[in-house]
Amino acid sequence: MTMKRSRLHPLSVSLATLMMCGLATTAQSQSMRDVESLAKERGLTTADLMAAAKTYLPSGELDEYLMFASGGHAGQVFVVGLPSMRLLRSIAVFTPESWQGWGFGVGNEILEEGFPEGKANLWGDTHHPALSETKGDYDGEWLFINDKINARVAVIDLRDWETKQIIKNPLTLSDHGGTFVTPNTEYVIEGGQYAVPWGSDYAPISDYKEEYKGSVTLWKFDRNRGRIDKDQSFAIELPPYWQDLSDAGKLASDGFFFMNSLNTELATGGIQDKKPPFEAGASRNATDFLHIIDWRKAEEVYKAGKVEQIKGFPVITLKTAIAEGLLHVTPEPRSPHGVDVAPKGDFIVVSGKLDPHVTIYSMDKIKKAIANKTFSGNDEFGVPILDFDSVVEARIEVGLGPLHTQYGPDGYAYTSLYLDSAVARWTMGGTYGSLTPEPDWTLVQKTPVHYNVGHIAAAEGDTVSPDGKYLVSLNKWSVDRFVQTGPLMPQNLQLLDISEQGTTMPVLYDMAMGVGEPHYAQIIKADKLNSWAVYPETGWDPHVQNIEPMAPKKGMERVQRNDDGSVDIYMTAIRSHFNPEHIYLKQGDTVRWHITNTERAVDATHGFAVPVYNITASLEPGETVTIKFDADTPGTFPFYCSEFCSALHLEMMGYLMVEPAE
Amino acid sequence: MSAGIIEKIIGPRVSPEESAKHSFRYGTPGFMLLVARVLLLVSLFFPYWQMELQAPQYPDGLHMTAFLNHLTGDVAEIDGLNHYIGMRSLFEAAQLERTVGVFIMIAFVVMLEFAAYIHTRWTVLLVAPVVFFPVVFLVDLHLWMRHFGLNLDPHAPLSNAVKPFVPTAIGKGGIGQFVTIATPGTGLIMAAVASIMLVVALFFHRRAYLPLVKQKRAAAETPAAN
Repeated sequence: MTMKRSRLHPLSVSLATLMMCGLATTAQSQSMRDVESLAKERGLTTADLMAAAKTYLPSGELDEYLMFASGGHAGQVFVVGLPSMRLLRSIAVFTPESWQGWGFGVGNEILEEGFPEGKANLWGDTHHPALSETKGDYDGEWLFINDKINARVAVIDLRDWETKQIIKNPLTLSDHGGTFVTPNTEYVIEGGQYAVPWGSDYAPISDYKEEYKGSVTLWKFDRNRGRIDKDQSFAIELPPYWQDLSDAGKLASDGFFFMNSLNTELATGGIQDKKPPFEAGASRNATDFLHIIDWRKAEEVYKAGKVEQIKGFPVITLKTAIAEGLLHVTPEPRSPHGVDVAPKGDFIVVSGKLDPHVTIYSMDKIKKAIANKTFSGNDEFGVPILDFDSVVEARIEVGLGPLHTQYGPDGYAYTSLYLDSAVARWTMGGTYGSLTPEPDWTLVQKTPVHYNVGHIAAAEGDTVSPDGKYLVSLNKWSVDRFVQTGPLMPQNLQLLDISEQGTTMPVLYDMAMGVGEPHYAQIIKADKLNSWAVYPETGWDPHVQNIEPMAPKKGMERVQRNDDGSVDIYMTAIRSHFNPEHIYLKQGDTVRWHITNTERAVDATHGFAVPVYNITASLEPGETVTIKFDADTPGTFPFYCSEFCSALHLEMMGYLMVEPAE
Repeated sequence: MSAGIIEKIIGPRVSPEESAKHSFRYGTPGFMLLVARVLLLVSLFFPYWQMELQAPQYPDGLHMTAFLNHLTGDVAEIDGLNHYIGMRSLFEAAQLERTVGVFIMIAFVVMLEFAAYIHTRWTVLLVAPVVFFPVVFLVDLHLWMRHFGLNLDPHAPLSNAVKPFVPTAIGKGGIGQFVTIATPGTGLIMAAVASIMLVVALFFHRRAYLPLVKQKRAAAETPAAN
């Protein structure tokens, strides 16, 4: 059915009312007539009411999908329920967050792991979340996300939705081509972006071509430990182009991954010296290079030891990569943005950004061209260039500023159009062709969004089995969509209904995201997750996901002064008291404050907050934490539970008394 | 002498031929006593009593289940809540009963074993305690709940809002924001069924053996008259 924004036709309304009257059974004896009059009063159309009916969840009803969205320079991950578009959670990753106590008592060691050059960097620029996959489908177990500003990757456990690891890339300082995972999460891949000398050492920009390096890092993921294993990870050196968005092959393209690039011109900017700025220099050529990397071959090369240790990390040099035939490039429209592999892995779709087309490459043709060495030459670093015409399958003009592509289950692909502020729906060819009534490789619909769409995310839309149904347009500008909130305006996440074939995909809902700038997001069926409601046992250390044998237990609370002068405090928290409540310390004490929340009731979270010492921790039921600090400031400090945990919440407090040194 | 008393207590014996001939008459009481014994033994593995507490913030409710010898469910959580009204920990309640419960049940089974062997009115003495057991259980439960409910700490945080009360042992009650629903458990129902079976067994017992006892008594009196 079509959903034009038509005013309610009186006849259709009365007909509907007649039909619905029999169904109206609410106690207040409301009828569809009341709905009709309210709609009229508020100026709502049939389409508006349909949108509301499709998205509204009565209290207590649960969302069908979860969207894990990057938080941009908020440095976090945001989790949104679909179709309600309710913000359910933030997950602190690179940026301290006081509700979760992240960086204020919990997670400090994890944040420190990721400090570049040992310098406290307390924010991140999260871009591309990647849910762990099994056979190319989300398995709901892990989430990875990159930090573009400092080239870091974080691992989040989806049992307790907490960050478990932050790993700093030793070779580069910015990443954008990641994170994405291979079909069984063998590797979490992080592609560098702005070329820098190895380890970001000093080198003048005049040495750009010789000293500045591109790279991609393959982080081995150890599912049992829930950690990236640095000792089994390696990197591949790439030309100092700015490698961009990337995607892993699957099924037909299993064993490969693909990376876009910009600045194959090797522009070095210099506007201050009247040289062309980067924006002009880096977009001069008509084409850039799509990188095609055979990661299984790379893994063999790495395992055979054909690597160089650079900054203490194994790197397959560009020379080796070329010699081993694991790296090829092929021309792509200049300054492209997304490269997105089709569900069966048979097509790779590149969005032109400055070119109104999406360019579709065939994996079959790529494999043939590699086998037959159908090269149109080599780039200036010697990387073989696959002949464009031999690998391209189709080009479709979709509109201005195409950025990212997602897939549906029914032969449609969706591409965001930044300049047009629209989402395009187009038909695929090949074996997908018969699924759609329209001809293959054809634009069928453009739906306006508001405004400047970046990424789009369809339900499981980048897996081997997309669900369709919903698509979220992650818009950069909201302009007039919300009440004015000062000059800094929220992002606008718009929900589109893509469930029906045909030509419409109406916008159902605008969600304001006034806490960060989501870039990419992934949408997973909610029932795939196995979240814990409370920690499995009391005394649980989330960092190791196991019982902490030394965790404070009921009846064993104490303040223990050790021979080395340090102090261990063993404290329990339960509604509505801490035990012990009086803590005497001496100025200069080194303190390890262990607290266990001994609650077992769902949602019986306690907070633990100490003034002056900048401490706050969230203690979820069963959790144990250890907070370390030096009691350097004497005084009397009332600490308290910062969650409104019970009717005696205000009474859940204690005194820390630090006696001044003589 | 003592053999005479024992004989007097266990009453008349029935010959195997007679027993086979009137299998219903002589088999029924023994069979029913056996079923009662099995029911009581099995009941040990089932809850005797349970209470559900419903409140807005616990959509799935809180559940407490009492077996004859232990408490399970959200007892710690319920205790945690009870401290606001100054109620003692439920683990302190009926400690003796929970310790000896299983032994008493085994004693009951042994008593019924004997009861099946005795063919006089002494059987009633052995069966009666078992018959009354479910009632005794409920009365004991009620007394404990009354004791706990009426002896709240007057200085407890919610002593202004919640006055001493008698929780409901069976049925619907309420305390604070909680609705309490107390129901007998499968074990207690088994024990109650056993009680009914025992009463019925006594009826059949009487019908089978009273004529024999009378006969024997009459036989004993006849020679004296001579």
